[in-house]
This record gives sequence, C-alpha cells and structure tokens, in this order.
Amino acid sequence: MMQTLRYVVFRDLLLAMRRRADVATTLFFFVIVASLFPLGVGPDPKLLRVMAPGILWVGALLASMLSLGRLFAEDYADGSLEQLVLAPEPLTLVVIGKVVAHWLVSGLPLVLISPVIALQFDLPREAMVTLLLALLLGTPLLSLIGAIGAALTVGVRGGGVLISLLVLPLYVPVLIFGAGAVDASAMGMEAGGHLSILGALLLLGMVLAPWATAAALRISLE
Amino acid sequence: MKLNWFKYAAPATFYPLAGKLIPWFALAAAGLTVAGLYLSFFVAPTDFQQGESYRIIFIHVPAAWMSMFIYIVMAGWAAAGLIFNTRLSSMMASALAPTGALFTFIALWTGALWGKPTWGAWWVWDARLTSELILLFLYMGFMALHAAIDDPRRADRASAVLALVGVVNVPIIYFSVKWWNTLHQGASVSMTMAPKMAATMLLGMLVMALACWMYSIAAALARVRCIILEREQQAEWIANLGEPA
Repeated sequence: MMQTLRYVVFRDLLLAMRRRADVATTLFFFVIVASLFPLGVGPDPKLLRVMAPGILWVGALLASMLSLGRLFAEDYADGSLEQLVLAPEPLTLVVIGKVVAHWLVSGLPLVLISPVIALQFDLPREAMVTLLLALLLGTPLLSLIGAIGAALTVGVRGGGVLISLLVLPLYVPVLIFGAGAVDASAMGMEAGGHLSILGALLLLGMVLAPWATAAALRISLE
Repeated sequence: MKLNWFKYAAPATFYPLAGKLIPWFALAAAGLTVAGLYLSFFVAPTDFQQGESYRIIFIHVPAAWMSMFIYIVMAGWAAAGLIFNTRLSSMMASALAPTGALFTFIALWTGALWGKPTWGAWWVWDARLTSELILLFLYMGFMALHAAIDDPRRADRASAVLALVGVVNVPIIYFSVKWWNTLHQGASVSMTMAPKMAATMLLGMLVMALACWMYSIAAALARVRCIILEREQQAEWIANLGEPA
C-alpha cells in the first residue's frame, strides 16, 4: 500500500521536474499577485500591514487553484488516468498520492517564499512565524478540496473557469482561519485557536476529500 | 396492503402525477400569498422602531429559509439519485436548483432593500449575509457544472457529488463566517429582530413561508416535467402523449 502511494508521488514529482516551468509559473503568479496590491491601494505601510494576511492568503488560494488543472487533466489526456482507475490498488490511495505531489509542487514553494513577501508588507516577526504555520496547515487543505473540483471537471469543456466557481466558495473557511491566525498574531494575540481549527479542518479534509475525489473521478471516467 | 414505493420513481408514471399536482400547489401558493400579503400589509402593526420598512421581512425571511431548505432537499435528491441510480431523483435535484438560487437571490436583494433605510448601507459584511452569498455561489456552481457536462447522466452524478460536498461544507462555512464576523466586528449592527414579535407579524411570516413552500413545489414540479420531456424524448410513452390540447 505504501509502495503504491510512494510510486504515485514519485511519478508526479518526476513529471513536475520534467516541466519545471509550470512549477515556477505558480510561484511567480503568487509573487506577482501580492505585488499588485500595493500598486492598487497605495504604498502606505500601515494600510499594507493590516491587509497583508488577507492578500497573502488570497494569493495562495488563487495560485493553488490555478495549478489544479494539472492535477488530473494531463493524465486524462494521455490515458494514464484510466489505467490508474483500473488498477487493483484503491483509487483513494492514488488520489492521496496525487494530492501529496500537488502540494509538494505547488503548495510547499508558496509556504517557503511567503516570509519574503511578508517582509515586503512589513509583517512583525511573530506574525511571520504564524503565517508559515498557517500556510503549512492550510495549503494541503487547499490541494485536498481542490482535488474534488479538479476530478469533477476532468474532460469538461471550459473546465478551467468552471473549477474556480466550484472550488473558491469551498475555500472560504480556510481563508478565514488562515488569515485570522496571521491577523491575530499581528495584533499580538494568541493564534493557537485559529491554527487548531485549521488543523482540525485539515484532518477532516484528509478523511473525506480523497473519498469524494475518487467518486468524482469514477463518474468522470465512466 | 403493500405499498409500491417505486411506482412513481419512473418518469412515465410521475409525469402525469406531477401534471395533476401542479394546479393544486399553484392554487395553494396563490391563496396563501394573498392571505400572507393581507396579513403583512393590513393586519400586522407598524414596528415602533423600524416603521413600515420592516415589512420586507415578510418576503425576506421566508426566502432565506427556503434558500437553505431547498439546498438540503436538492442535495437529498441528488444523493438518492447517486445511491439508487434513479433518473427521476437527479432530475428533481436539477429542477430544484434554479428555484433555490432564485430564493437566495431574493433573500439577498430584499436584505439590501431593508438594510438601506435601517442600517444606512446596502450591504454589510454580516455573517448571515456573507454565508447567504456563498450559498448563492454554491447554487451557481451546481448549475454551471451540470450545464458544462453534455451527457445528462454523467452531469447528474457529478453535480450530485458537488451538492453533497456542499452540504458538508455549509455548516463549516456558516460557523467560520460567523466567527470571522465577530472577530472583525465592523459596524456594530445587530441582525436580530426586536426581541418580541407581535403574534400577527409571526403569523404573516409563517403564512408567507408556506406560500413560498407551495410555490417552490409547483415550480419544481413544472420544471421537472420539462426536464422529463427533454431527456426522455425518445421514449414511447411520450410519443403516445399526443399533442397538447
């Protein structure tokens, strides 16, 4: 079982390594979106400090969503997704592997670069640590929820725009608690409550989302 | 006596039944609307705080109730369609979605109309308003996904999964938005009505809620009849229906 998981993760990581530009695109999208906000609302540091948690989180949400198209679409196009569904290994396991790979490729780089962007917005140091922790808990959840949307729109025309309509409303709780945690610690309050809820949501997502994704994949491929 | 629960699960038997039921529900909706409007405009007293503008709650509150209730019913039908693989259940789910979205929109719109004179703002980022808006997005996503997939059976099942995911998420979204709102504490307005509501006000609201309910059933049945005709156009029994009089 672990072997299947490892195989799927390695395979997707290898595919991502072969197309490094795709990974970089997601990352740069995140950086560019975050840099657009000061240009739009003005360079006032006080204002930017207040808005930073929200901006960083919305940027992470959009970046994670944009990369969802790659999760199943290419495997569907070359037929390997069908083989994965037909394989005797449980489909939920394959889904978990693909989600883990998606997070490693599109979520983890965001987490690692976020302190640099937080510096641009002049976030205090404690808030930066919270931001890292919150993104670390929240971005896997984004990949898990997004996988459901990606599986539902496999092979659907206009899937790219449709997926945003399906997935973004479901991202709302992650945004609220993620940005809330950073907000709280930027104001010098305890962020533990927000982080605990993010963790609880992540656990819930880990249990339910792969299952729903597998069901959606089966429907999409019948 | 043994009941055959599945008799009306077949579109061929349900189609005429729905046709017979629609006038009754439509009549009930019309009658209750007249009674409810009479109660709400002429019987219910003027609110001493909000004046006449409060009267919009007679459509606002029932619409908000229906918007949430219809989503649950829709997800229930979608789940039934997924589990029993019955075509009619999925058709009911897609027939309910536009009505639910309509009520969500009415609830938001009338809320804005009420908010302007009462709070002085068309829109406030209140927990209920925000979660109602997200509910509208969920309805839109359901309908958009259904419309994007050409094969109707596949569309049914894919949107059923989405509806079920939405049902799990609705309470999470509601509570997270609620908490977000209390944390930010923007404008200090309270959505709660005056603590004691006059009995006639409550009665008017309940009658209007029943009217909305009856309307939803009539509208959904009428829509499901259209969907049946559209999807089953190859079936023999539809050819035997003959020209509509």
